[in-house]
Amino acid sequence: MASQSNEVRYLNPPTVDTSKKKYCRFKKNGIKYIDYKDANFLLKLVNEQGKILPRRLTGTSLKYQRHVGQAIKRARHLALMPYVSDLLK
Amino acid sequence: MSNQYETVIIMTPVLSEEQMMDTVNKFKKILTDNGSEIVHENNWGLRKLAYPIQKKNTGFYYLLEFKAPGELIGKLETDYKRDERILRFLTVKLDKHAVTYNEKKRKNAALKKEEEKAS
Repeated sequence: MASQSNEVRYLNPPTVDTSKKKYCRFKKNGIKYIDYKDANFLLKLVNEQGKILPRRLTGTSLKYQRHVGQAIKRARHLALMPYVSDLLK
Repeated sequence: MSNQYETVIIMTPVLSEEQMMDTVNKFKKILTDNGSEIVHENNWGLRKLAYPIQKKNTGFYYLLEFKAPGELIGKLETDYKRDERILRFLTVKLDKHAVTYNEKKRKNAALKKEEEKAS
């Protein structure tokens, strides 16, 4: 009786452990140059406070993460993007 | 050996249209005098800044893409610093990927314009 009560059956299996395979969006789409002037593209790579998203979340390769970091810093210098903000998105 | 550079300058919003244009022409003249060739220029006009610079919240953005020898850049930047109408500038050397990216972008823009005209 006890075993039956704690055994909870789901209709479909929970998808908590199956993590999506991360890929580098630049290698996949063949993007070679990240334009520092294109602010709304760079906003995708930045969190709500305007901080650069780490590679473990975005899954980008090291080479392109450096390009992204440089492009974002240039955009910040040119006031196209804020250094720090709240509710950026 | 001339490389390809791209510089974006932000000018104070207090300027009138032609004052802004003559600061740009001043720098274009410096460039062309020293044997540099201007590939492309783009006036973004008045834009809101992401954060205030020198207590101002908007600025005139201007993009200049040109081929120049390396020594010219140092002189150009001191002129930028000296000119008080310019809030901020950024000069970037373009590698081959950047050059192809810019050309492709210009081609698409031209294409789109034709489509609009045609339609």
